Amino acid sequence: MADPPKTSFPFPPPEQPSSVKMIAVMGSVGLIASVLLVATFQLTSPQIARNKQAQLEAAVLEVLPGATYFKPFSPTGDGGLAAVSEDDTPDFTFYVGYDSLNANALVGVAIEAQGQGYADVIRILYGYDPACECVVGMKVLESKETPGLGDKIAKDPAFLSNFEALDVKLGPDGETLVNEVVLVKQGTKTEAWQIDAITGATISSQAITDIIWSSTQVLLPLIQTNLTTLQEGS
Amino acid sequence: MTTQEETATPLPPRSEPPSDMDTFIKGLWRDNPVFVQVLGMCPVLAVTNTVINSVVMGLATTFVLLMSSIFVSLFRKVIPKQVRIASFILIIATFVTMADYVIQAVSLEVHQSLGAFISLIVVNCLILGRAEAFSSKNTVGKSMLDAVGMGVGFTFSLLCLGVVREVLGNGTFAGISVFGPSFEPWVVMILPGGAFFVLGAWLLLFNWMRERKKQQEEVFA
Repeated sequence: MADPPKTSFPFPPPEQPSSVKMIAVMGSVGLIASVLLVATFQLTSPQIARNKQAQLEAAVLEVLPGATYFKPFSPTGDGGLAAVSEDDTPDFTFYVGYDSLNANALVGVAIEAQGQGYADVIRILYGYDPACECVVGMKVLESKETPGLGDKIAKDPAFLSNFEALDVKLGPDGETLVNEVVLVKQGTKTEAWQIDAITGATISSQAITDIIWSSTQVLLPLIQTNLTTLQEGS
Repeated sequence: MTTQEETATPLPPRSEPPSDMDTFIKGLWRDNPVFVQVLGMCPVLAVTNTVINSVVMGLATTFVLLMSSIFVSLFRKVIPKQVRIASFILIIATFVTMADYVIQAVSLEVHQSLGAFISLIVVNCLILGRAEAFSSKNTVGKSMLDAVGMGVGFTFSLLCLGVVREVLGNGTFAGISVFGPSFEPWVVMILPGGAFFVLGAWLLLFNWMRERKKQQEEVFA
């Protein structure tokens, strides 16, 4: 082995290399490292951006069964909604889904929402059908929930079936929901506005419930009042 | 650190210098990074809850190990002893970041399920350990063999844990149901506690096998 000789007492100590050499070596290693990193970033970043966009687009169509394409809308600030143009980057975007096979009829609105989970923030996308006034789909976009337990909110078919027709009807005043979206113990769901919890992942299930409850309260009145804008927006 | 010098006890068959095959094989079995050297416990315990996670983590670690071994070995004569650890870490961190980007580009889902553990490959002591103990003293070719051997051994060990934990803890193998719907999963296997149980059981098995082999060799000597 090309090990440098071990220095023990009878030998003179090894020569200290000059600081210049050490700095030069560290600098060159750093330079090579940064070149490699920049190259990798340049090569992968378009693909990563495409993956993220594809994930979102797939999610929009996933939470809006029957929709074939969608258009982004954003709040105008004075209680209205307007289509987002190509180069706009609004703070908040609704993804409005239409069905091209059915005269471009409005199918529903996909809404991004987030809230605190058991570990870090959970980001979800849910689909709202203004005709039946219910949530028709939910997908977890980002979560750091405990693998194997809390992350079941994203995969468990029994849990996801809660969001196929979750009742979020607005009252006659058009401002508040008739029934509060509540979490119930697994297997005890009796009403359309209840969500069956996942055994062993109550906190994560509660988090999803809270996210949907707080988001629907604020946004559904806005969508219902601007329904004609969205219907004509196809 | 277990190096060849320590383990190559004067037993009859092993007197010539280690061949290339030995350099490769020792990472798989005799110096297995997890079951013998007990290195890199953080990913071993944390991400082995599913088979897919274990494989991706194993492959990412192997990639980082291989690339940093090549670089460390290439530069071993120019890097002064005083700044070697800093240089090695810089090299390792570079390849970890590259692996991180590549995994994101290949599959966002896998990247999300591995979370912070990809960045934590930087501090996996297996990689710095091999850089310091092997590739900083050996030729590029030998270092590559050593790195691939260790990497495959590490991936194999992660799989040993991942398979047991996913099958018992979730009733599935790589997402495919094994026992059918009536199986009640052992939730503890998915949790961190389960990782310790399974690791303990594997270490017990490996050490028992090594002891037995040693005893047999003593009898025949």
